[in-house]
Amino acid sequence: MGSRASSLLREEDIEEIKKETGFSHSQITRLYSRFHSLDKGENGALSREDFQRIPELAINPLGDRIINAFFPEGEDQANFRGFMRTLAHFRPVEDNEKNKDLTSGEPLNSRTNKLLFAFRLYDLDRDDKISRDELLQVLRMMVGVNISDEQLGSIADRTIQEADTNGDMCISFSEFIKVLEKVDVEQKMSIRFLH
Amino acid sequence: MESYLFPFDSLICMLLGISFTVWFTLLLVFIIVPAIFGVSFGIRRLYMKSLIKLFEWATLRMDNGETLKRIIAKEPVSLEQEIQDMRRGGAEPEFDMSDIFYFCRRGVESIVDDEVTKRFTAEELESWNLLTRSNYNFHHISTRLTALWGVGVLIRYGFLLPLRVTLAFTGVGLLVVLTSIVGLFPNGRMKNYLSDKVHLMCYRICVRALTAIITYHDSENKPKNGGICVANHTSPIDVIILASDGCYAMVGQVHGGLMGVIQRAMVKACPHIWFERSEVKDRHLVAKRLSDHVADKSKLPILIFPEGTCINNTSVMMFKKGSFEIGCTVYPVAIKYDPRFGDAFWNSSKFGMVNYLLHMMSSWAIVCSVWYLPPMSRMEGEDAVQFANRVKAAIARKGGLADLLWDGGLKRGKVKEVFKEEQQKLYSKVLVGSSEDGSSS
Repeated sequence: MGSRASSLLREEDIEEIKKETGFSHSQITRLYSRFHSLDKGENGALSREDFQRIPELAINPLGDRIINAFFPEGEDQANFRGFMRTLAHFRPVEDNEKNKDLTSGEPLNSRTNKLLFAFRLYDLDRDDKISRDELLQVLRMMVGVNISDEQLGSIADRTIQEADTNGDMCISFSEFIKVLEKVDVEQKMSIRFLH
Repeated sequence: MESYLFPFDSLICMLLGISFTVWFTLLLVFIIVPAIFGVSFGIRRLYMKSLIKLFEWATLRMDNGETLKRIIAKEPVSLEQEIQDMRRGGAEPEFDMSDIFYFCRRGVESIVDDEVTKRFTAEELESWNLLTRSNYNFHHISTRLTALWGVGVLIRYGFLLPLRVTLAFTGVGLLVVLTSIVGLFPNGRMKNYLSDKVHLMCYRICVRALTAIITYHDSENKPKNGGICVANHTSPIDVIILASDGCYAMVGQVHGGLMGVIQRAMVKACPHIWFERSEVKDRHLVAKRLSDHVADKSKLPILIFPEGTCINNTSVMMFKKGSFEIGCTVYPVAIKYDPRFGDAFWNSSKFGMVNYLLHMMSSWAIVCSVWYLPPMSRMEGEDAVQFANRVKAAIARKGGLADLLWDGGLKRGKVKEVFKEEQQKLYSKVLVGSSEDGSSS
């Protein structure tokens, strides 16, 4: 039988996701279709293999780190709520004007939360600090074999030097925010979701 | 008791006998005889027109809801451009922590909507065509429509399916028997003539077994002897569609069972190229047999599907270069199915062959267009891969399909590491390149 994807998603769930993420009704059902089509095992949750099956993601140098962002600490399955919560980080900020019906606190796609998403891509062991080692590992992922260890090491050192204000040779989240204060994060970390 | 049943019995027998005879005569007159002579009464086209009217009526009565729009709008910005944009402010560091934004966004974009994974499942329809299998996002189906669907099921499974299965068996049976008979003739013009006629006739019966309504365009470009015909691949039915309009030498692996019987019979009448499983791996052997075949001008053009696997007819994926290295004229053919009447795509990871044929024979019809493109040859200074891409682009353009560089093999296999390495190299260039600029300024 064909995939009756939208019928498995209840209206109450859609309303809750709408409140939590700010996506519209049609966007949520459309994204549910996508979630369902990625879920080859048809068990209502995505595994890491399901993500790696997307060729464009598999060739992305940071593909594994991005996939990791969808899985909560220590878990191997991403359910639809978690999927939407992660995607919500990439909603454009202007869209918040249209949908004021959000839970209290910062919306998931605020500038700070977008920066937090990026920070977590660097912070491999989730200890809220980017150490020199972690920075080196991520750099290595991005450049492959094309740059020598020494050059990469000096790049990492320079980056930490410029960002580190409290002298602990690590970059904390607030230092991260400071370094990127001039960058147009809202635009660079947003995807144009169509209505 | 029995005396009551006796007259009843003979009455039933008589009725059955009469209906069988009538049915068979109709079958013969309206389907098999035209197939033999290659003419058509136009019944199928009439059927198709009425179906179209029916679907249009059904569309008006339905709420499509939120179905076919794209989810996101992607901006095709390259890596270099994006990184330069971000560096514009202030001093130019070698590396900036914001560099990951590009990879991050691209990665999440591909999670939401990518170009490849959707090519391996059936194309989504804009409006429902009254088949359960294509009903996904359509809600609010009125009772009238449900009744119509019910009638459709009765017609399709009760009348069309048995009819088609009978025709299929007839067609295949005749193919095996007649090609074996033709095989007894001595080699020569008579044998070739007979073989052509027999093949065409049997394929035409098979076309009617699927209720396939095919429109051939530009028949003046039909493939000639000594060439290779390449086409985009959507299903095993592609072979039947092309072979009912022209004679080709088939290429394929030797199978066992029924397929094997058919293969052995066909090769008696005219030379097809069947490979043993072990021979398929040996690329030189394959190339040699193909070149030998095209060198002999008395042999029929070879039919090859360079994608290597079935794609869902919304795009054309990477052509394997093997057939383009042989150095003969290539006759490209574009095949586009109309998905409203039945989905021809064979999703081999979901359905087996028998299941697939059952789906085919219980759809409304298979409607497709075939375009014969002008022949192409490899140009000076062009290698096999570039030639293959040129042919692929021509086919995609004619058939209105997306032209993709991705390998159809991604249906089952992983993408090669080399593509990731290319991305990494690109980024490294940006990093190292900017440091050279920085030192000189």
